[in-house]
Amino acid sequence: MQTRREMLAQSATVAGLLATAGLLPQSALAAWPQAAFEAKTLAEAVKALGGGAPAESKDVTITGPDIAENGAVVPVGAACGLAGVSKLALLVEKNPSALAAVFNVTDAVEANVNTRVKMGQSSNVYAVAMMADGKVLFAQKEIKVTLGGCGG
Amino acid sequence: MADPMRIRAQAAGDKATVRVLMSHEMETGQRKDSAGKAIPAWFIQEVTAAHNGKTVLTADWGPSVAKNPFLQFNVKGAKAGDKITVSWVDNKGDKRSDEATVS
Repeated sequence: MQTRREMLAQSATVAGLLATAGLLPQSALAAWPQAAFEAKTLAEAVKALGGGAPAESKDVTITGPDIAENGAVVPVGAACGLAGVSKLALLVEKNPSALAAVFNVTDAVEANVNTRVKMGQSSNVYAVAMMADGKVLFAQKEIKVTLGGCGG
Repeated sequence: MADPMRIRAQAAGDKATVRVLMSHEMETGQRKDSAGKAIPAWFIQEVTAAHNGKTVLTADWGPSVAKNPFLQFNVKGAKAGDKITVSWVDNKGDKRSDEATVS
């Protein structure tokens, strides 16, 4: 037979466990910049990541095809020739959320990353380099998509 | 646990090129199933790459990274025999970590 006191203590433990379990995924999400991924435009996304007004620069390069046959897999790359890059970001202007990926670059890697993104329709794609001194530089390229990669 | 990643790391001069192919659905949350219900988003949110145990690159990804994501980057000062570890966490809390040796 359980006393009332024991039962209360047990339920407190269970509640505590549940809270911990419930909190863990949230703390994992905390580092993920949700606001930036909800942004619709380049300026909004950069602002959400803590940068100033973006300026177009020749030091940032974006690589990608002129025409992508399949919007579900579009290879794109971002690179920056300058030293002191803290973040590299890839944005697709006409996707439901413009920001595709943010890379936090350290001194041990070159500011040069390649990945593949999905594109819903033909659009400008931006490579953004956020410098350690707060400057934000970007390069853009128009990629035409024959078959969209979202919806369908 | 998701399928293993395929990681290739090749040394060239004073750096190593690392290519990673992850196995993940990367569901956007925009698509609808045959009954017209939205399929919930399921995508990799955080990627971490480490060279001999020291984190060299982290990335935050959104749902618009392609299915079975590919990632390529160059690690400075990596030489043959070094260990490259890549791990990711998706928005359901699932995670995966794999290691490769630079060749």
